Amino acid sequence: MGRYLTRTVLQRLLLLVVISIISHLVIHLAPGEPTEVDPMNPMMKAADIARIRQAFHLDDPFYLQYVHWIRDLFSGELKSFHDGLPVLPKIWGRFLNSLPLFLCTTLIVWTASFPTGIQAALRRGSTYDRTTTFIAYTLISIPGFFLSYVLILLVVRVFHLPVIGLHTFGTESASAPTRLMDHVWHLVIPSVMAALTGIAVLSRYVRSQMLEVIEQDYVRTARAKGLDEDHVVYGHALRNALLPFVTMFGFLLPGLISGSVIFEQIFAWPGLGLLGYEAILARDFPMILTLNFMAAALTLGGILVSDLLYALVDPRIRLE
Amino acid sequence: MNPPSNLLPDAEALGAAETPFQQVWRTFRRDRLAMAGLVVLASLVVLAFLGKLLTEWWVVFDPATVRLPDKLLPPLSTPSHSLAKELLPPLGAYPFGTDELGRNVFARMLQGSFVSLSVGIVAVSISLVIGITVGGLAGFYGRRKLAFVSIDTWLMRLTDVVLCFPTFFLILTVVALLPPSIYNIMIVIGITSWMGTARFVRAEFLALREQDFVTAAKALGLPELRIIFRHMVPNALAPVLVSATIDVAYAILTESALSFLGFGVRPPYATWGNILADGRSYIFDAPWLFVIPGSAILVVVLAFNLVGEGLRDAMNPKLRKRAS
Repeated sequence: MGRYLTRTVLQRLLLLVVISIISHLVIHLAPGEPTEVDPMNPMMKAADIARIRQAFHLDDPFYLQYVHWIRDLFSGELKSFHDGLPVLPKIWGRFLNSLPLFLCTTLIVWTASFPTGIQAALRRGSTYDRTTTFIAYTLISIPGFFLSYVLILLVVRVFHLPVIGLHTFGTESASAPTRLMDHVWHLVIPSVMAALTGIAVLSRYVRSQMLEVIEQDYVRTARAKGLDEDHVVYGHALRNALLPFVTMFGFLLPGLISGSVIFEQIFAWPGLGLLGYEAILARDFPMILTLNFMAAALTLGGILVSDLLYALVDPRIRLE
Repeated sequence: MNPPSNLLPDAEALGAAETPFQQVWRTFRRDRLAMAGLVVLASLVVLAFLGKLLTEWWVVFDPATVRLPDKLLPPLSTPSHSLAKELLPPLGAYPFGTDELGRNVFARMLQGSFVSLSVGIVAVSISLVIGITVGGLAGFYGRRKLAFVSIDTWLMRLTDVVLCFPTFFLILTVVALLPPSIYNIMIVIGITSWMGTARFVRAEFLALREQDFVTAAKALGLPELRIIFRHMVPNALAPVLVSATIDVAYAILTESALSFLGFGVRPPYATWGNILADGRSYIFDAPWLFVIPGSAILVVVLAFNLVGEGLRDAMNPKLRKRAS
């Protein structure tokens, strides 16, 4: 176990370095440059551009830029091209904004998908099953922002609820409960919309897992010895169907950064996805690279966590 | 009464009444949703080619024709009288209304159907070529070493590296940096989505490698590349076909998401994605500019997904037996 851990961690670290080098290559080989964001600006003289390129080390050879980036990242001095602010505190602030949205979305997805999927599997071929299947496919197929716009119109017009940003403008002096409710509404609506696709995908997956398990011999045995149906379904079948989902917890992590660009853009939610989007628009290389690096680190960490969890819950699996 | 040159007894004599294709088709046909999806896709292909022809060759149908007096007309409205005669829309009406420049939305949707479809299909073809090559090489030459590490390890680690990139972020970055063009979008979507195919193909190849027909082909002294691409790839295609169908749907959605963020296919090309993205500014005044392309994307992507799922069920031998 210990050897397995050291080996995988070392392998993953190596992968991370390769990934950061490739993302550097992608960014520096592509033709766009930070100095070209605003080419029509008459105040930008050739001398200014040269000065900016000098300041950002853009004229250095590729490997030197990479070394600069690594050094600055780990000493915490990496500064954004865009506004000169340190990158890491900025990311941390946005992370704190993204976290509640992410947690709320995940919670909705996981609590809604399991009952739907299990019911669909138990009543395979029924009207309920076919309806949920069709709705799930529809939700998977609809462009996320299209659905959100339609639903925003509905929510704002029919229920008069606030939806944009972190809180309603002008409520700073309101009483604490009012502000809390305001926050909750601002959080819940984007989460529900971001969760819809997730529910569709996950409930389909739950359904197919349950179908697989429900035909097994041990389920028949449990029924044969006279257990009540709830006990059979939840105690025997579901527990075994749950195994693959443990691994999915690990894959959730990277969604924190890249999963929500569209929804954060629609709801003007100042989170990590929107930060990345703004960085891309401004060709803010340090910010793009750092976010990319973190997303890759989260992915690798997530895979590791799910491997370990899998070994933990399934005694048949032994890591070596 | 077979000619003597036909030495093989025909299929019925062997007891296998159906070819694999017929078997799959028989199961697929029973799935009503999947059949509906197939019909939608078939009509879409016809529409796309028809649209391409009409918008290229028929001037009044040109989706770029600007008719300012007729801007933001609702669907099925007739053109105003102030329009010059040669600008009158065909059939004397705008079936889907007009947009903020008075362009015929119906013509734009027709043109867009070809562009959207080709974005999806070209992107998926690119990802298929990369995925089949990487997966096939890894599966076939897996045990051979290259600088102390087996080829399989090299290629699969490469797949892992690409999998670790946050895909949508990578697409956004590359599309933002490259000069905007429809080909770049196809290529970028293609080279960020081949990993699943590579893994499927490798898994199939690991099983196929030990089969008798591969041994026979090797014994005949066929060149290895011929064995891979002529004999093994066709046998590994079933899961790939399923995921490719669903990937086309995903590519069309990605294109519309890119358009929404402002990195989509640039004018003069109309795609459903950028008609939708432009339409959101007029969501109160001209909801048809938003609803029509949105519903079109929904229907087509849904059709691709349903056909993909139907194929998956039809190609799954376990389910096939149960159905018959």
